[in-house]
Amino acid sequence: MEYEVVIGLETHVQLKTHTKMFCGCGTAFGATPNSHVCPVCLGYPGALPTLNGRAIRLTVMAGLMLGCEIAKRSRFDRKNYFYPDSAKNYQITQNDAPLCLGGHVDLPGGRTVRLNHIHLEEDVGKLTHRPGCSGIDFNRAGTPLMEIVSEPDLRSADEAIAYLTALREMMIYAGVSDCNLEEGNMRSDVNVSLRPKGQEAYGVKVEIKNMNTFSGIHAALEYEIARQTQALDRGQPIVQETRRWDPDLGETFTMRTKENAEDYRYFPEPDLPPVVLTQEQIDAWAKDLPEAPAARRERMMKDYGIPEYDAGVLSADRALADFFEAAAKRSGNGKLTSNWVMAEVLALTAKEGTHVKDSALTPEALGDLLKLLDAKTINGPTAKALLPELFAQGGDPAAIVKERGLGQVADAGAIEPLVDAALADNPKVVADYKAGKQAALGFLVGQVMKRSKGKASPQLVQSLLRDKLS
Amino acid sequence: MDDIKTLTLAGALEGLRAKKFSSVELTQALLDVMKPSQADIHAFVTIDAEGALAQAAEADRRRAAGEDAPLLGAPIAMKDNMSVIGQPCTASSRILEGYIAPYDATVTAKLRAAGAIFLGRTNMDEFALGSTTQTSGFGPTENPVARGCIPGGSSGGSAAAVGGGLALAALGTDTGGSIRQPASHCGIVGVKPTYGRVSRYGIVACASSLDQVGPMTKTVEDAALLMDVISGHDPMDATSLDIPVPRLADAWAGADPAKPLAGMTLGLPKEYFGDGLDPEVRALTEAAAKRAEALGATLREVSLPYSPYGIPTYYICMTAEVSANLARFDGVRYGARVSCDDVLGQYLKTRAQGMGAEVKRRVLLGTFVLSSGYYDAYYNRAQKVRTLIKRDFDAAFATCDLLLAPVTPEPAWPLGVYQDDPIRNYLSDVLTVGANLAGCCAMAIPAGATAAGKPVGIQLLGPNFGEPTLFRAAHALELR
Ligand SMILES: [Zn+2]
Repeated sequence: MEYEVVIGLETHVQLKTHTKMFCGCGTAFGATPNSHVCPVCLGYPGALPTLNGRAIRLTVMAGLMLGCEIAKRSRFDRKNYFYPDSAKNYQITQNDAPLCLGGHVDLPGGRTVRLNHIHLEEDVGKLTHRPGCSGIDFNRAGTPLMEIVSEPDLRSADEAIAYLTALREMMIYAGVSDCNLEEGNMRSDVNVSLRPKGQEAYGVKVEIKNMNTFSGIHAALEYEIARQTQALDRGQPIVQETRRWDPDLGETFTMRTKENAEDYRYFPEPDLPPVVLTQEQIDAWAKDLPEAPAARRERMMKDYGIPEYDAGVLSADRALADFFEAAAKRSGNGKLTSNWVMAEVLALTAKEGTHVKDSALTPEALGDLLKLLDAKTINGPTAKALLPELFAQGGDPAAIVKERGLGQVADAGAIEPLVDAALADNPKVVADYKAGKQAALGFLVGQVMKRSKGKASPQLVQSLLRDKLS
Repeated sequence: MDDIKTLTLAGALEGLRAKKFSSVELTQALLDVMKPSQADIHAFVTIDAEGALAQAAEADRRRAAGEDAPLLGAPIAMKDNMSVIGQPCTASSRILEGYIAPYDATVTAKLRAAGAIFLGRTNMDEFALGSTTQTSGFGPTENPVARGCIPGGSSGGSAAAVGGGLALAALGTDTGGSIRQPASHCGIVGVKPTYGRVSRYGIVACASSLDQVGPMTKTVEDAALLMDVISGHDPMDATSLDIPVPRLADAWAGADPAKPLAGMTLGLPKEYFGDGLDPEVRALTEAAAKRAEALGATLREVSLPYSPYGIPTYYICMTAEVSANLARFDGVRYGARVSCDDVLGQYLKTRAQGMGAEVKRRVLLGTFVLSSGYYDAYYNRAQKVRTLIKRDFDAAFATCDLLLAPVTPEPAWPLGVYQDDPIRNYLSDVLTVGANLAGCCAMAIPAGATAAGKPVGIQLLGPNFGEPTLFRAAHALELR
């Protein structure tokens, strides 16, 4: 039988805060175990949580980016369960009054994935098992997490990855999270079920817990879809359960079935008053919101006349897009600026292993350089030769060009003797050209350019050569 | 030195300021009466003689250097659920044996900044779950006034210490009457401040939405001295309120000595004077009301119609919060641990051995009322009734400045009685839980004694942040 795949994701995104959700401890990754802890995040007797206002602001910004309705009044709840990675044996989360409601993520192909809600919660500690004992590192305990819960709108593993990619791009863009996958900044629980094509009712779903790489999620989904398809084809029922993905074996395994599902006994967190937001507050935060990447891509194509591919590459990186726009405004030539950023600037950043925002090259300097090029004050090779210097040390292109006399020579009278000399010195090449070898012209242009110390206008040299050789 | 057993906090501070005695002498005098009392009264679970004397010497040095502070050199007893850095903090539970607090509670830090000395930690019902101080994991406390009787609870150690003259003053916590009821049984003053007036940071949580820290003292004046130090907003407690804190030591200034209660209306909630009230308690409460009238107050009967639902509502809200608050005591990070091969076994054994029967009973009750399928019938419904109870109080305070009522249905009962009857114990909280459910302020003050010599207190209840009026009336009405 043919089945339709139904996938929903619950994605935990670590918020970019300096301190934890409910205490003043730092959130830096990779510190010595249990060095970022205090009575609050260790669940010591008498310690109380206080709310990190920045976590609220970042979640509201994420909600606004994703088109959610921001709840004017939300609340925290306690989720009760015993596990050693939880210092209080309950987790502070938002169960039935989350901060953001609804929302959507638009996929590149035009499909829209609806969101159910976004809520805030605290992360737990990290367990490490050794022979005969286990260790707990509470550095991560209490780190603010935003859980983005989608509706079951995804229809394939590829679509799930497209959704996560778009979500990640938006969260990085909004400055809400680094979404560093290796550091576990973005982890997903995946719900997947199958239903016969054309049937409206959902099939029995299986949840695969806590995966942080996109390739792992894709492989786990492919495996699970194949497993469920096979079971259904054989007439075996799917059991509602939670499964674990083993990346080494490439299989999912049962963790617990519905019968053993925990009763979390949620109830309102009495230590924290409800979070009350005014429209003025939300509006003020909305002002800090960057343009969404997709909207920016569209606008940049229109404003600068650049191709979709260029706009896509540039808009995917907020700092790069900011750099491009500032440089393009300065140069007055969007297409030229885009070509230079895409080819020359990105080649330099790749070579140096850095980001342009961390280099000495300012968008103003690049704009000025391209303005000189556009006005034919300097030629292309000169501009290319100057770029690495500006990238490494900075500087004012116009001043450098003036000081070093790099201005392009576009005076035919000054270049003609150099053309004549080059022709006289290379009779064999001239003969080749006259015999129909077009490539010989390029060699001759190079010879003239060399004699001009790179300052001659290549177009002028070419036209003079053609005149003399015809 | 005056008789150490009757010395008040205000008297001690006066003596220290007048250099009639030093803080070391005062502290030593208290230690001399505390130590022998441990064998029978057992008001303390920890006595820090060395630390207290060192702090006293430091206070004397500061005073000699011309310094002063509101409580400089005055020893204060702390209930065993309050964090004092470097001292044990067990909440009278075996499961916290060996745990040393690594930080000061906010009230501790405020007392310390005011110059107070921490001489010991008072016994209590385990995790403040009880009203007799008989559920302590370290043995019961006896009433120092009504000998052979319970001191009340859960702040029974603090009440016995102050009532027995073993401490000048103490702090307690009140979740459903845990300050007022033992204060009444031991013949002292006990204040449950408005919820949010005093920080809960660093207090081992019993029921977070009901707990408040308050003073337990020999006089209303002493209670005001302590309130003025411990009250106020704390950024570490999100439920503490950031509103102005009036000075309570001035609450009764300028009152007409003959008619200090002139212009004040005191409500007598009729549900608090029902059939179950002991005749002697009723008589002493009515006598207090008459005295209030003679001092200029207008009396009027009021009704709190939802009070019959107070006990079930309280025991659902309280146990639900307790079941989560006590989950952290698992032997993993601190306190006692009973090792086992697997983590579930360690949890089960540690908690089975470390917690007493009453604690287990309430954790089970709380777990049950929050369970899926029962949540709406119990926890959710209790929240709704709690709102109705709060409205009762709002309506009463719309026509009265304060309410006057008995604290407990009967005087202190003999040790061992009702020990195996938890329901009987729960019902004795019937007159005190209302203030906690509503969040309003309340205070127990001495009102006399029964023919058998058992102390009986009355309570005054005031609206949220109505402490100035509460203290003004209490100061006029207390029997000193
Ligand atoms: Zn912390």
